[in-house]
Amino acid sequence: MTTQTVLAAAGGVSGGEEVTFWILAPLALIGAIGMVWARNAVHSALWLVLTMLCLGVFYVLQAGPFIGMVQIIVYTGAIMMLFLFVLMLVGRDASDSLIETLRGQRIAAVVLGLGFAGLIGTGLRRALDGTSAAGLEQANAEGNVQGIARLLFTKYVFAFELTSALLITAAVGAMVLAHVERRREDRMDQVATMKARFRPGNYPGPKPGPGVFATSSSVVTPARLPDGRLSERSTPEILPVREMTAEETSLKGTDR
Amino acid sequence: MTVLLAQDPTLADFGRDPWWLVLGKILFAFVFGLLATLLGVWFERRVVGYMQVRPGPNQVGPFGLLQTLADGLKMAFKEDILPRAADKVVYFFAPVISVVCAVTALSVIPFGPMVSIFGHRTPLQVTDVPVAVLVLLACSSLAVYGIVLGGWASGSTYPLLGGLRSTAQMISYEVAMGLSIVAVFMTAGTMSTSGIVAAQASGTQLSLGGVEVPAPGWYAILLLPSFIIFFIAIVGETNRAPFDLPEAESELVAGFMTEYSSLKFALFMLSEYVAMVTMSAVTTTLFLGGWRAPAPITTFWAGANSGWWPMLWFFGKVLILVFVFVWLRGTLPRLRYDQFMRLGWKVLLPINLVWILVLAGLRSIEDWQSRDRLLVTAIGAGVLLLATILWPSRQPKPKPTLQEQVDSRPPGSFPLPPMDLQVPPSPRTKRVVAEREPANIAAGSDSREV
Repeated sequence: MTTQTVLAAAGGVSGGEEVTFWILAPLALIGAIGMVWARNAVHSALWLVLTMLCLGVFYVLQAGPFIGMVQIIVYTGAIMMLFLFVLMLVGRDASDSLIETLRGQRIAAVVLGLGFAGLIGTGLRRALDGTSAAGLEQANAEGNVQGIARLLFTKYVFAFELTSALLITAAVGAMVLAHVERRREDRMDQVATMKARFRPGNYPGPKPGPGVFATSSSVVTPARLPDGRLSERSTPEILPVREMTAEETSLKGTDR
Repeated sequence: MTVLLAQDPTLADFGRDPWWLVLGKILFAFVFGLLATLLGVWFERRVVGYMQVRPGPNQVGPFGLLQTLADGLKMAFKEDILPRAADKVVYFFAPVISVVCAVTALSVIPFGPMVSIFGHRTPLQVTDVPVAVLVLLACSSLAVYGIVLGGWASGSTYPLLGGLRSTAQMISYEVAMGLSIVAVFMTAGTMSTSGIVAAQASGTQLSLGGVEVPAPGWYAILLLPSFIIFFIAIVGETNRAPFDLPEAESELVAGFMTEYSSLKFALFMLSEYVAMVTMSAVTTTLFLGGWRAPAPITTFWAGANSGWWPMLWFFGKVLILVFVFVWLRGTLPRLRYDQFMRLGWKVLLPINLVWILVLAGLRSIEDWQSRDRLLVTAIGAGVLLLATILWPSRQPKPKPTLQEQVDSRPPGSFPLPPMDLQVPPSPRTKRVVAEREPANIAAGSDSREV
């Protein structure tokens, strides 16, 4: 164990721990406030990263090096990275507008948030009432990692398996909803594509470009085939085929 | 033997140094990172040059050693361009994050055993914690923020694409990397780097039919699948070829660092090479016995693992791994993005999971009686063998002959030339090509070329 961990385990607050706390605690608060106040979505995510990093260091200071590192790896490294990924897909200029679309939404959010915090606080207080803390020394008696591992694989193994099953179900469900896989029969390999291309009724050559041999180079002008007919294959399907009028094709005077 | 064992630092040996020693160790790790970059860039260019039959940089200093220094100085005097669309604060901090994370990871790398510095017995390692390997993982996962944010903050398309690629790449390969370290944790029984090096000191004794056979201590041999997967994953983590998709120069100009110039660009370069060296050092620590001398040396030289000598073995191993990195870059073409993702999720991850399962099974029957152990292993091997034999194999459909294919064409198909068509040679072609003299130009030595 490092000196800091040893000192924290002994129950005293060392000078180093105090200094670290007073540096990081304001940073964590600034990060939390910045996350709410930032207009840009990516900035908001970055403020949250700052808070999470500070929390990770706090855990390490409280003689929980494993949970601290896991906080940094899992939350900052993986989950926030996924958040950033999605935010970047949305676009880099995605920022909040301050127009309230639902009337009274903000007040309701504040009231609900305070209520939720109160609920959790009282719940925790009632749950912890009467329990006496065993102390870090006893909890970390055989090493921090070993202690956590023993609890996870004995007392809480069922809860953990249940949680992982829940997460797997959610992930598989999301994939089933989002993922469209073509059936194996529908998939065409190179040979099948080539055969379909040369099947009777399909012209294997490239489509004529729009405006070829025509009076205008506009994409809506169909190509004129060598025998004088117009080719509908040359124009995109969503565009109506039309010939330009004489007035449209006449010179606009831009050459002068 | 007790003398040798006393060299191994334990966790209790850390955190007792005076402040000047701590400062000195930190400075050493930092300077090591910088020097490794200076020499690493030169080394890479020379090795790749050798592989491509050209001299490489050989003008500045002896063997061109100072080329990187000259390039770095030149970089500092370039104009620092800030794109108008850039997010200024994030754009500034992105390269800093990259460098800080890459260098921080060096702090838990054991460079050597306990040594005496000005009368202080101290391990050659900045610090060690019970979760040191997790610190390494945290540093490597945070380092990607530099790349991702740099790509995002540049405010143009190619860097953004590079940043996006980097995000997905990092999330995928971090999983494979973490899982391959799990096997090391299971075997070593500790997460501290010095503990893992100590655990690889002596191999366990395997008893095969009453005969004691010493198993190799290195986890690279003991846990070969984990080692291979770990190395593939760290090549992906450090964005090195063939996995350098975030800066794929043939697709994305320079990827996430397209808009960067001057010292900020230099910082990105620095972080890439420091990360490469750091990851080589991590691989050495986790799988190649750390600072311990390779097997044949210790048998005829007992003092190879004591004092300052281990640093030599450590740097030798790191150098070999860096060479492998460069070798990969000189040999393999860049993967396509979907192939890369498929490799990560559909190959590395399942193999890793199965391997961990097998390893856990082997570990759990370790204290059984040898007869039971043999029985269980034989049953497992038998099931595996049966599955391999009885696995339904897909019979390839007989390929239709050419005539059958021609006959089965629908009526009105495109006309075919006759199958036995032979084009006679043109009478106008003169046949003088074959009798040309081979070119005979002697290759000059490296030093004469520029």
